[in-house]
Amino acid sequence: MATPNTPLWEVFIRSRNGLAHKHVGSLHASDTTMALQAARDIYTRRGEGLSIWVVPSTAITASDPAEKGMMFEPAESKIYRHPTFYEVPEEVGHM
Amino acid sequence: MYTQALNTAETDDRGLEDAGKAAQFQARIDAEERIEPNDWMPAAYRKTLTRQISQHAHSEIVGMLPEGNWITRAPTLRRKAALLAKVQDECGHGLYLYAAAETLGSSREELVDAMLAGKAKYSSIFNYPTLTWADIGTIGWLVDGAAIMNQIPLCRCSYGPYARAMIRVCKEESFHQRQGYEIMLTLCRGSDEQKAMAQDALNRWWWPVLMMFGPPDATSQHSDTSTKWKIKRFSNDELRQKFVDATVPQAQYLGLTIPDSGMTQDTDGHWRYSEIDWTEFKQVLAGNGPCNRDRMAARRKAHDEGAWVREAAASYAAKRAQRQTAQAAE
Repeated sequence: MATPNTPLWEVFIRSRNGLAHKHVGSLHASDTTMALQAARDIYTRRGEGLSIWVVPSTAITASDPAEKGMMFEPAESKIYRHPTFYEVPEEVGHM
Repeated sequence: MYTQALNTAETDDRGLEDAGKAAQFQARIDAEERIEPNDWMPAAYRKTLTRQISQHAHSEIVGMLPEGNWITRAPTLRRKAALLAKVQDECGHGLYLYAAAETLGSSREELVDAMLAGKAKYSSIFNYPTLTWADIGTIGWLVDGAAIMNQIPLCRCSYGPYARAMIRVCKEESFHQRQGYEIMLTLCRGSDEQKAMAQDALNRWWWPVLMMFGPPDATSQHSDTSTKWKIKRFSNDELRQKFVDATVPQAQYLGLTIPDSGMTQDTDGHWRYSEIDWTEFKQVLAGNGPCNRDRMAARRKAHDEGAWVREAAASYAAKRAQRQTAQAAE
């Protein structure tokens, strides 16, 4: 008999105070309590974290890689959004 | 811990795919870009990786069995704690790898079922028994040592999720090898009987460990495409030679003799080993190794005996979800 599927969760861990939670991987668990416990066992065996988030993988909406040109081009062509675009005389010093 | 070249011939269906997309894909690989789960990829790339990553995951899980055999009989509490931690790591490695394999579109349940049905392979090394405590030292030193040789280049594999999983695995693997070598060192500095036990373990594991790198380059069926796709960065024979060159001085330090009377060092410093008995390798892969049946039986038993836990967890989650819906409706 085929094994029934257990829901998939994405795991995010904050490694130190002041840092953001970062995606570390995924796991299977039937509910939030078990997902948190499994995340602790699988992803923090060597003190990797102070805080864990688990999110059902189905709750994530991803951008389409095939559309990445259209999606991100507007940011690339606007070099005037970067500080180095503007000239400030050296005498003025660091700004 | 362990990956192995277990590749079998694959039918080439690239002819049916969009040649333009395939060329774009290869250009991305050549530019050292990482391929991510939602990116377009040739069906054969997906299939090759699903097979390789899931075999790697199965190997981690089956790899817990030979070592688990010694947890209750570890000689000291220190050794027992280390072995427990190591076996736990192997389980974790299996889970990272199943997750990486799943991003290619197969569910973990399908992958596990294929393994339990005997349709998917795992590394041949785990079909050998762990007869004495020295085997635990030898596994850490040599089996994990060989796995590290194999896995370091996989950290740069073209498929992002696999490469990232391997980075985590490699970080943890170093502890495994060092604790194994420490066990060997303690035995080799102990009584004559202890040293003899260490030598006996090396004698039994040496050749199977060399086989872990897979068939010789001349007969390997699948290396060309894997190399072109940057899944594989070094050939089986290159990795095997690196491993032998690194291991010989470690054995000399222990005062142990590598069971290969024909071994010589050439002028470049490389240690040349004798012909490997590939019939043994094929026999073990075909299911006729010393422990194949035991390993499969143990995996199936664990899976069957865990069924009620999976069922209970699933129905508890369903009950809770139902209650929440009912409360929301009130």
